[in-house]
Amino acid sequence: MSEPTVKRFMYINRRAPYGTVYSVEGLEVALIGAAFEQDVCMAFIDDGVYQLKKDQDTSATGIKNFSPAYRALGDYDVTRLYVEGESLQARGLTEDDLMALTYEDEDDDWAEKPSIRLVSREELSGLIDQQDVILHF
Amino acid sequence: MKFALMVSEGPYTHQSSDTAWQFAKAALESGHEIFRVFFYHDGVNNGTRFTAPPQDDRHIVNRWSELAEEYGLDLVVCVAAAQRRGIIDADEAKRHGKDGDNIAPGFRISGLGQLIEAGIEADRLLQFGD
Repeated sequence: MSEPTVKRFMYINRRAPYGTVYSVEGLEVALIGAAFEQDVCMAFIDDGVYQLKKDQDTSATGIKNFSPAYRALGDYDVTRLYVEGESLQARGLTEDDLMALTYEDEDDDWAEKPSIRLVSREELSGLIDQQDVILHF
Repeated sequence: MKFALMVSEGPYTHQSSDTAWQFAKAALESGHEIFRVFFYHDGVNNGTRFTAPPQDDRHIVNRWSELAEEYGLDLVVCVAAAQRRGIIDADEAKRHGKDGDNIAPGFRISGLGQLIEAGIEADRLLQFGD
């Protein structure tokens, strides 16, 4: 038996969470894809950083607030959420404005660790270069 | 080369399904393999046989069906995206109590796992959309 293929998947989210369906359907791909035991990470750039904004309230729009579903990512072993610092800064946001998403590190006695990793545009560019499969939403 | 394609936009509104079809046709004619074409977001609207464009326009849905027929191309419509948008096959129609189905020949409805599998199996996964 040959080893199962493990590829590096990155889901790049670059749109606001509401207004179009791309973000919520993109999150569905990340959650379903987690079952395939690939090396998965997500990146948030441009208006995509708004997807991780805390205290989202869509009640006036009649559209479901799907932001609590991001909290499930850690349980699905999607533990690296790269947020581009330049995109945050351009929108007057800091890491404190984002949801405190965490995962439990099985290699460190299940210590709770932050999933969100602030990276520069240059660092993200390097990470994108390392991927085998990139899907953008 | 073994390719997989993802089509993220609907027909006619957006050119991406035309581009995807042209890429698929050219790749197959050049002897490349296409593992699968996966339709997501409004891309699922590429898979309804009820499409009836004016006669002097291209028939995008039929074009996909013909390519599938000729090359055995696997055209997969995402079930969750399809349910939202009313793209349905006979089994799904029965399950949801709908009075008909509209899936086009050569297309099948399946889950998002088919997209991930395509990413794993293909040498290159190409996404057509904004």
